[in-house]
Amino acid sequence: MLFTRKEKPEATAPGAPECRPWARQDVDAGGWRDAAGEIADGKADLLSLWSDGVRVYLAFLPQGAAAPRIVSLACTEGRFPSVGALHPPALRLERTIADLYGIEGDGLPDKRRWLDHGRWGVRHPANAPLPIETASDAYEFCRAEGAPLHQIAVGPIHAGIIEPGHFRFSANGEVVVRLEERLGFVHKGIDRLMAGAPIAQAAKVAARISGDSTAAYSFAFARAVEAALGVEAPARAQWLRALIAELERLANHFGDIGAICNDAAFSLMLAQCGLIRERLLRAAANCFGHRLMMDRIAPGGVAADLSPEGAQALRDLLEWINLMVPRLIGLFGDTTSLQDRTVGTGVLSQELARQYACGGYVGRASGRAFDARLNVGYAPYDQLSFEMGGSTEGDVDARVWVRFDEVRASIQIVEQILDRLPHGPIHVDVPSAPSAPCEGAALVESFRGDVFVWLRIGADGAIERAHFRDPSWLQWPLLEYAIKGNIVADFPLCNKSFNCSYSGHDL
Amino acid sequence: MQKFLLQGLFRGALTERAPSPDDAMLAEIGATLEKTAREKLGRSLAIREVDAGSCNGCELEIHALSNAFYDVERFGLRFVASPRHADVLMVTGPVTKNMREALERAYNATPDPKWVVAVGDCALDGGVFAGSYACVGPVSKVVPVDLHIRGCPPDPVALLKGLIALLNAAS
Ligand code: SF4
Repeated sequence: MLFTRKEKPEATAPGAPECRPWARQDVDAGGWRDAAGEIADGKADLLSLWSDGVRVYLAFLPQGAAAPRIVSLACTEGRFPSVGALHPPALRLERTIADLYGIEGDGLPDKRRWLDHGRWGVRHPANAPLPIETASDAYEFCRAEGAPLHQIAVGPIHAGIIEPGHFRFSANGEVVVRLEERLGFVHKGIDRLMAGAPIAQAAKVAARISGDSTAAYSFAFARAVEAALGVEAPARAQWLRALIAELERLANHFGDIGAICNDAAFSLMLAQCGLIRERLLRAAANCFGHRLMMDRIAPGGVAADLSPEGAQALRDLLEWINLMVPRLIGLFGDTTSLQDRTVGTGVLSQELARQYACGGYVGRASGRAFDARLNVGYAPYDQLSFEMGGSTEGDVDARVWVRFDEVRASIQIVEQILDRLPHGPIHVDVPSAPSAPCEGAALVESFRGDVFVWLRIGADGAIERAHFRDPSWLQWPLLEYAIKGNIVADFPLCNKSFNCSYSGHDL
Repeated sequence: MQKFLLQGLFRGALTERAPSPDDAMLAEIGATLEKTAREKLGRSLAIREVDAGSCNGCELEIHALSNAFYDVERFGLRFVASPRHADVLMVTGPVTKNMREALERAYNATPDPKWVVAVGDCALDGGVFAGSYACVGPVSKVVPVDLHIRGCPPDPVALLKGLIALLNAAS
């Protein structure tokens, strides 16, 4: 059931670039509505919704299918039938299309600007920008009214060393009645920066969409470029990519497990997990020349090879981590004061996780069995064996246990890679200019969940348009649900157990 | 848990020796620090970190400063929750336009004497985001910067070097 799709699609008619490896279909408004209806009915999972200024695009994964589908609709009058009107998970994506491209969904129930705070000096900057007086738009938060309710406003700058965003709590005493997020503070204009960028430059920007997932983003970007151009990275490079991606996953899971426990006032776990994380980052620096392994995966292959000494150092490190993991699990599971804070806290229902096609540990802790490495599959994961963890509890505790499962799976994967790493070159040249414009897409599992990338390369070899969808897009709204009925003081704990990316979402 | 605690007692310290600051950093700080300020602070600095648009890579390394290998608190360097408790604002990112006002407010809320440390290539010149409609660019365009720590992201040793240089100059 695992597959990789390396078959090259046949040449298509000029002027209509075909997307690889998953075909894109131009549809009319009826076809668009049908696709949106399928998603809203639960027959397909929404992967992403975006625009390039001319068309809108909808990527989804039909239930049980291994290959995503992409449909597109030409927006003649700057409008399209709203997907968000039928399917709430699309709301924020659609508001973003309006902000960046000035293209609006007909019937979209929420027309408030999302990433645009009125401070850019332009409206719809990615599509015929319209200069405006720089000011700040007023934002109307949803109301929660009633005698005992009060509001608590937090952010954009939070108390800890974390990314900026704004949270508006409506609380009844200590109990959260509603949380509304306002994001967009770290919007950096990625769509516009991508348009016209040479591939090498675009790869650098892609690697910096969310620093904690830099390897996953580079991996996804490289795969999309290679799919578009019809090139394939050498086998050794593909295995090294997975090695880099798994080291990133391990480092993040250990860092976060420690941080979650620390938010429940259990700092011993933070100290222990911090040691493991630091040793992983040092190993990464020794093996690949950068602690976070930024810019190590590039279109065509990888930028650094693994030496035999590096491989041995990784084996030694894994041996030590293998000793540590059962102890950490014991520490987490046996500390009742910790369990007291995590069990039953911040419950995300299975139904919502399914509706939002929520990826990563958040989805898997709420009964959704999806992992892009297994369900869609890409090299070299089709040749590796590992088990995806899961739970149906949906609370903070479950999200930590799923992370432990993922740690064990990643250790297994790294061991297999070290045992079986093929020899050979680590890079092939990517053509500097394709014969015609081409499109590519990729879905790669970051530590946080599936990252979706779509891009079009122009005949000059530069990126014409690119779209990145961080897993956080579909996880952030669920945090609003999960916190309901919990006490305000448990918010940091819930928030950390989700650990959504701000930068990856705000783009 | 007992096992962990006992192990901790018998194991040697993991903390590593402090790196010594670069001359260039010392020069940059020397140019902005006044003697009167140095006298007020003593050998301790409270740091408020502000992410003004970072990709979060810089934050990961700033976090690492608190792990047992670097243990930044042994130098009298402490991360605090409020700018009102801070001597130093540590700023990352290409200052997005949506964060500009928040950064200015944090700066204005920090009591004098205060220093701004701009961390990462983005904070220095906008990094790969330079020129974007959504970014202001260098931190120094928004608030006066006393020290730049370069890197994408700077590793904990580079961060420590910069902070120790600041501490030495300030005390
Ligand atoms: S300097 Fe690098 S790591 Fe730091 S915020 Fe900028 S892109 Fe991210």
